[in-house]
Amino acid sequence: MNPVSTNNITVAYHRKPVIQNVSFEAPEGKLIGIVGPNGAGKSTLIKSILGLVPKASGNISIYGKPYKKQRQIVGYVPQRGSVDWDFPTNALDVVLMGKYGQIGLIRRPNKKDKQEALECLAQVGMEAFANRQISQLSGGQQQRVFLARALAQNAFVYFMDEPFVGVDAATEKAIIQLLTDLKSKGKTVLVVHHDLQTVKDYFDWVMLLNIRKIAFGPTEEVFTQEHLQKTYGGRLAFLDQESNGVNPLA
Amino acid sequence: MLDLLANPNTQWVLVGTMLLGITSGVLGSFALLRRQSLLGDAMSHAALPGICIAFIIVGSKEMLPLIIGAGITAYIGTYLIQAFVKHSRIKTDTAIGLVLSVFFGIGIVLLTYINRNATGNQSGLNEFIFGQAAAMVRSDVNLFVIAAIALLTITFLLFKEFKIITFDREFAQGLGLPTVFINGLLMTMIVASVVIGLQAVGVVLMAAMLIAPAITAKYWTDRLDVMVILSGVVGGLSGLLGTLISAPISGMPTGPLIIVSSCSLFFLSLIFAPKKGLLTKAIRLMRLRKSTSQNQVMQGIYEFIEETGRNTLTLDDLISVQPLSGLRLQQTIKRLQKRNWLQRSTETYQFTDKGIKEAHQITLNQRMLQMYSMHEMQFAHLPMEKNNWDFLSLPNSEQQPLFELLSKHELFPSVLQERTEDR
Amino acid sequence: MTYTMWIILTASLVSVACSIVGVLLVLRKMAMISDAISHTVLLGLVSAFLITQSLDGLAMFIGAAIAGILTAVFIQLLNSAGVQADAAIGIVFTFLFAIGVILVSMFARDVHLDVEHSIMGELAFIPWTTVDWLGIEGVPQAVWMISIVLVINIILLFVFYKEFKLSSFDPHLAAALGIPVVFLHYLLMGMTSITAVASFDAVGAILVVAMIIAPPATAYLLTEQLGKMFIYSAIIAVLSAISGYYFAAMLDTNIAGMMATMTGLFFLAAFLFSPTHGVVIKKIRNRFTTYSNDEA
Repeated sequence: MNPVSTNNITVAYHRKPVIQNVSFEAPEGKLIGIVGPNGAGKSTLIKSILGLVPKASGNISIYGKPYKKQRQIVGYVPQRGSVDWDFPTNALDVVLMGKYGQIGLIRRPNKKDKQEALECLAQVGMEAFANRQISQLSGGQQQRVFLARALAQNAFVYFMDEPFVGVDAATEKAIIQLLTDLKSKGKTVLVVHHDLQTVKDYFDWVMLLNIRKIAFGPTEEVFTQEHLQKTYGGRLAFLDQESNGVNPLA
Repeated sequence: MLDLLANPNTQWVLVGTMLLGITSGVLGSFALLRRQSLLGDAMSHAALPGICIAFIIVGSKEMLPLIIGAGITAYIGTYLIQAFVKHSRIKTDTAIGLVLSVFFGIGIVLLTYINRNATGNQSGLNEFIFGQAAAMVRSDVNLFVIAAIALLTITFLLFKEFKIITFDREFAQGLGLPTVFINGLLMTMIVASVVIGLQAVGVVLMAAMLIAPAITAKYWTDRLDVMVILSGVVGGLSGLLGTLISAPISGMPTGPLIIVSSCSLFFLSLIFAPKKGLLTKAIRLMRLRKSTSQNQVMQGIYEFIEETGRNTLTLDDLISVQPLSGLRLQQTIKRLQKRNWLQRSTETYQFTDKGIKEAHQITLNQRMLQMYSMHEMQFAHLPMEKNNWDFLSLPNSEQQPLFELLSKHELFPSVLQERTEDR
Repeated sequence: MTYTMWIILTASLVSVACSIVGVLLVLRKMAMISDAISHTVLLGLVSAFLITQSLDGLAMFIGAAIAGILTAVFIQLLNSAGVQADAAIGIVFTFLFAIGVILVSMFARDVHLDVEHSIMGELAFIPWTTVDWLGIEGVPQAVWMISIVLVINIILLFVFYKEFKLSSFDPHLAAALGIPVVFLHYLLMGMTSITAVASFDAVGAILVVAMIIAPPATAYLLTEQLGKMFIYSAIIAVLSAISGYYFAAMLDTNIAGMMATMTGLFFLAAFLFSPTHGVVIKKIRNRFTTYSNDEA
């Protein structure tokens, strides 16, 4: 049974299809990057899997069952900018939020939950900031708190929306470390990513997405000039220039 | 009715309410587009303490000082809202609610104080809370006429400046326009239109005078100049309707009726406006759903043929190419048969000649979209949004590069090897 | 209990009940909904009166609560029909309030349904209408009502504390975790409505809005913890109520208005002098830091 399998997902706003007929079977225990041009539907794809945007058609299953039945085993890291960081709360509390689904209605987080949340913070190198107010964290630290929260969900499958955007080097390292840890525990992680230079280093598998699925498979097989050309087309040359001529494939 | 219209008092009221409706409609369009509709609510509430203070100072119910007092505190309230948002983590909605309720509280304190302590003829200040259009007299209307003409003239003269500052303030700054001055002027004019409306509709309902005509107008046009004029017309019309309906019924308040009139015009537009109304939208959405599922099935079959080379499909094949839910797939297939695009022969389905051409077009368009998205920089000049993402309607010269890309990626639909120009 | 004590108690209960929903509304950037709901309560009261032809407390309460929730529903409907948020709120509440005013002047002018009263409130009359209930005698009806609402608010807040917190902070994750986001939204709208209704008769629409928005906004500038934000805003609300009463008595003026004024003064104090967010404090600190940087 695959951790994530989708069958012909289509999402459309007005007449423009945002993603069309995307089907894939994500293998277990892999770090999977989802890359593609802006507006190619990367975030939309994971949001539609999580039921956050309505689908025009298509089916999704998580370990063989519909998502609604599998919420407990799915972790989600939204884009950092999607919440108001002025919210009056501290880092530990945000991490604890990851456990709300398991704790259930009415019941409160107990000591054990808090202990686990602290451990999750430690895993991203943020244990010293547990009681820090979230408005006083740097962007990278906020991102790490979000990751710790996903860890606290103790899921089997993780979806992360652009976790590397706007983070410092330390956070980038922490994220990579965390991804590796998750993988070694047999978890599956799908990451929306836009930096082509790092795809080969970070991900075992990759999906190239441009409205439709262009290619999906092990990185070394799929992340080829030809597929990139098909995904980015004329923009690839542009991207090359932007990164000082460093070829992402080199 | 005619008797009433002949009554000079009613005539004054009518002129007054219509003028108020027009000015607040015109200026309300700017407030709406700047997403400051509720600021008008705060302004009108914040005007109350000013009215009371002016009364305490002047000691009489003369219109001009009261309006100036109202304007000053309304302006202070507006300034405070912006200061709270700028200098602290307080968000706009909270700042607006805070200022409006606290200033109104202050106003009530002063008003009660005046009612209990002042000796002169203070009755009538309470009017400002709910408005009393019927109590308007000739001197009031004269004042409104002057104010309305001034506001409308300035709007007319500075229309393009107001337009650009509403649309993109930073850009206006880049153009070297005195944005601080223009912004301040526009703000002052909005305050002025609120303040002069208070006597007719009152503090509580004044916000609607700014919002309802403007949002109604927005349903009928996409152009700012048309919208501003239309909004003025709707505002004036509401003033007229409200006054005419309330005049013959004794004790019927004019202000609320003006508001109900303009809101009703809004609800009508919301539902029935030709392009943006809900009815049109619902119909369009239904059509879109149908055509999307049709296109999906057509393209699915086309690509099935492209991949397998088989021209006939069983129902299972159809289900495998298209994951529409059972009922929707059935309906879609029926529709396709009806349009004579798909043929059924006992167990299998196949395209008609007409159908395969159509499917080819659909697939081609879809793949051109994909190319477009890959090379968005290169094709940024194409008005695709406007064209409903219909690439086939583009002139040949524009299609050519897309065709070349398709060939390069070997994505040119291959079942029907004919170019669109044969059509 | 003395007359004064009843008034202060009523106002304090109102202010605490309001500040509870207020904290959630302010954090969800929905503060203006309270303005809308507190106004449309009038329509609910009139409609209840027209239907039942009586001024029965319970019918009025239910009518007004329904009007409040309908307001939230209408705003949501307009929003999803593509009307921008601020305009949707503005249109819905002015329209419903205007209808309320018209109905009052057409059908209920001779009854005790005073529009002015509904906006300004008349705390001074509260102690005179008493209801004996549960063997307790001489307690004003308003105190009963608002106490019940306060208890409901507190219970709901405790029961759904973490759900409210998460869905306010990160609705996306909340939805993904299967927390009933829509239900919580309307629950909060319901709480706001019953709070507005119960407070309305005593203090009027405007104090309701002031108490819902100002104390939570003040607390928002004073603390970084949600729990403390609830406690601080309740304390500030009660302080405003008490000080407002005495200032009003001193100046012989409207009590609710003075209480609203006090909430504003507390906010202004926090805006200027909050240890963490105060404008003046920040300025002083900045000057100090620049100075010490220069030294270094």
